Amino acid sequence: MAKQNNSHTVHEPLMQVSKRKSMEWYKSWLVRIAAVVIALVICGFVINFLTGLDPISVYKEMFEGNFGTERRFWIMLKELAMLLCVSLAVTPAFKMRFWNIGAEGQSLAGALACAACMIYLGNKLPQGLLILVMVVSSVLVGLVWAVIPAFFKAKFNTNETLFTLMMNYIATQLVSFCIVFWENPKNSNTVGIINSDSMMGWLPSLGGQKYALCVLVVAVLTVAMYIYLRYSKQGYEISVVGESQNTARYVGINVKKVIIRTMAISGALCGIAGFLIVSGVDHTITTTTIGGLGFTAIMVSWLAKFNPVIMVLTSFIIVFLECGASQIATAFDFNHSVADILTGIILFFIIGSEFFVNYQIKIHKRHKEA
Amino acid sequence: MGEASAIELKNITKAFGNKFANKDVCLTVNKGEILSVLGENGSGKTTLMNMISGIYYPDSGQIFIDGEEAVIRSPKDAYKYKIGMIHQHFKLVDVFSAAENIILGLEDEGKFDLKSARAKVSEIGERYGFAIDPDKKVYEMSVSEKQTVEIIRVLYRGADILILDEPTAVLTPQETQKLFDILRHMRDDGKAIIIITHKLHEVLSLSDRVSVLRKGEYVGTVNTVETTENQLTEMMVGKKTELNIHRDLPVNTAPRLVVEDISCINREGATVLRDISFTANSGEILGIAGIAGSGQRELLESIAGLQKLTEGRIVYNDPKSGEQEDLRDKTPVEIRDMGVRLSFVPEDRLGMGLVGNMDIVDNMMLRSYRRGKSMFVRRKEPKDLAEDIIHRLKVVTPDASTPVRRLSGGNIQKILVGREIASSPKVLMAAYPVRGLDINASYTIYNLLNEQKKNGVAVIYVGEDLDVLLELCDRIMVLSGGSVSGIVDARTATKEQIGLLMTKSREVKNGEAK
Repeated sequence: MAKQNNSHTVHEPLMQVSKRKSMEWYKSWLVRIAAVVIALVICGFVINFLTGLDPISVYKEMFEGNFGTERRFWIMLKELAMLLCVSLAVTPAFKMRFWNIGAEGQSLAGALACAACMIYLGNKLPQGLLILVMVVSSVLVGLVWAVIPAFFKAKFNTNETLFTLMMNYIATQLVSFCIVFWENPKNSNTVGIINSDSMMGWLPSLGGQKYALCVLVVAVLTVAMYIYLRYSKQGYEISVVGESQNTARYVGINVKKVIIRTMAISGALCGIAGFLIVSGVDHTITTTTIGGLGFTAIMVSWLAKFNPVIMVLTSFIIVFLECGASQIATAFDFNHSVADILTGIILFFIIGSEFFVNYQIKIHKRHKEA
Repeated sequence: MGEASAIELKNITKAFGNKFANKDVCLTVNKGEILSVLGENGSGKTTLMNMISGIYYPDSGQIFIDGEEAVIRSPKDAYKYKIGMIHQHFKLVDVFSAAENIILGLEDEGKFDLKSARAKVSEIGERYGFAIDPDKKVYEMSVSEKQTVEIIRVLYRGADILILDEPTAVLTPQETQKLFDILRHMRDDGKAIIIITHKLHEVLSLSDRVSVLRKGEYVGTVNTVETTENQLTEMMVGKKTELNIHRDLPVNTAPRLVVEDISCINREGATVLRDISFTANSGEILGIAGIAGSGQRELLESIAGLQKLTEGRIVYNDPKSGEQEDLRDKTPVEIRDMGVRLSFVPEDRLGMGLVGNMDIVDNMMLRSYRRGKSMFVRRKEPKDLAEDIIHRLKVVTPDASTPVRRLSGGNIQKILVGREIASSPKVLMAAYPVRGLDINASYTIYNLLNEQKKNGVAVIYVGEDLDVLLELCDRIMVLSGGSVSGIVDARTATKEQIGLLMTKSREVKNGEAK
């Protein structure tokens, strides 16, 4: 009556997606490794199709770009340290489910404070004291930049995503404003290398390697952040607030205090990142000093599920791809976009593989008629 | 296939992951019949009904409607087969009127005709004995009225097979009776009705036949007139179960918690508690009854220091020092620092009492992690406590480092109650502690509460099942619209008496108060 058409052709949904309960750790890593392998194969075809080159030699060049020479290796380590530092900074906030997309601005504000100290105090203080003052002021400015949105979130429940994003633009504009005063040489619209003769406020090299100290600082921070999140009472409070603010209130955690405190830590670490970039690497400041690290860091942190030790790996993958991409761009005279396409494909597969770790897909067999 | 069968299920199987939610389930519902589907939580009742109404699709098995095989892939298909489901959680738009909600989402040819819809709604109402104003907005309705709208919506679309998922969970005894009358009318009109429930007395009073599910498997179907409560329980649980709750006379009672005239306004500015006064005695279980949302949550939260009060006092009599402490407007930490031993099992277990993504050990620490001066947490004591609770309360879990959300509802509740009891409280508040639990787990919880009572704890128990409240508690306080409408002796009170107090109108109370 109501149905005439489908009494004999029984249609079923072809696929069903359901959440997995859990997956053994080794299986989940197999899925991820498989994803990388498939990504490399597909990239191989893309390379061959676009450029006619042998993919193996391109991959070899990518590897060379990271490990080929001692210099490239240290540059890779430096990039890794910087990305990791900002990633560590955003991690407590994200673990608390506070969407801090303002790490870019917090780091830039810290970098600005650092540069200001170098310019105004460079010939007034001894080197050791100067660096100490730089660290303190970078940390404080980064902290303030992060605590402002946290305060409004805690007091008035403002949207932290928009607020922290807007703070980025303020930081950028502040830097352009300062560049006008600090121009060197005149009318170049850049600050130039600060204290290029006296090297005042420059982080000293360690064992002959100028980036070694940066790397060491970030390594210490990684361990410290791991311990803080995993074993400290404050780290425990961050997890509870992140999972459920209701539970936090129920057990008497002062949620507002935790939000502000955690963002203060997040901002302070961003400040340190800004300091390391200006004092340890660039010795100058521009509006793009941070170069998007504040956003890449969010991906690094989430991919590692907020585990600082795993973040070493996730940030390595991204830095490896970037350094490799620049290398193949120069070595084969590619347009840099080709390298970006490859990076995109590989990241797509790595992130996409998480779907298969968390979900399973069931394909229906043909239904047999009774 | 008999001529009269409206819907027949054959060997329906559905698995989630490697766990069977339904395994080879067979059911038949005839026209003009009410079938109860009985089973404990997690026995697969709702999954089965979701397959009939097109929300899930079975892995294998067949569904026949009017004797012909049917494929139901979406709720729309279900409507095509004249199947209508009334969900436990209503799916209505608050700012729309009853009639608007009823015709919402209909893909009629032609114009949006509210007028004829209204007429049809009234006609359906008259036919089955609903009292409904088609122009009343949903936000002005009581729970029972909202349910009526849901039922009419389904009838409006011409459903001949109606499925009701736990329809009485939110109703008072009087409202339940009214609903049952309507369902009987519909049955006499030739509709096939499936009602999902776990309340035995409802099954016996309403349905013609009962089908029982246990752990996803079909146990059997019996005629209601030929069965008893004990037989059904046995079918549900799989073994003989004692259905009586033990109740001792309270001994050495003394006022432990004295609540004096408290009032409370929520964030939206509505008065949620109005001049509430009562005393909770040590060694006694005080039950709190009321329609859902009558202020139960706010009352417990005010005592636990989670709600600001506008008026009144909450006095705690310290049994050791004999001192009196006012708990009003104190934070949970301040209350604990005052030496007040107050435990609270909140209604929302995973959203408030526990953290679902954390393991059992970390959940044990929630109350105690602050202890000690060190800035690091100690996981040794919580681990011992977790092991102890797992052992003593027979929690089914792979180990103490399993995230709590992976456990079943009953085991989650054991963890929560176990932790709250572990701090040897003087006052223990529990909100709906057996909601969603199977019979055995429920009795474990009742026993734990009784044990606390014996130890001289003042137990406050917020429940929804009046039969349980009457069997378990010593006194019952009834809330209605945020005020106390009566406090009765649980040994002498009747269900009807409490039902009347639950709906006692607000005007009367205002008249009394002022």
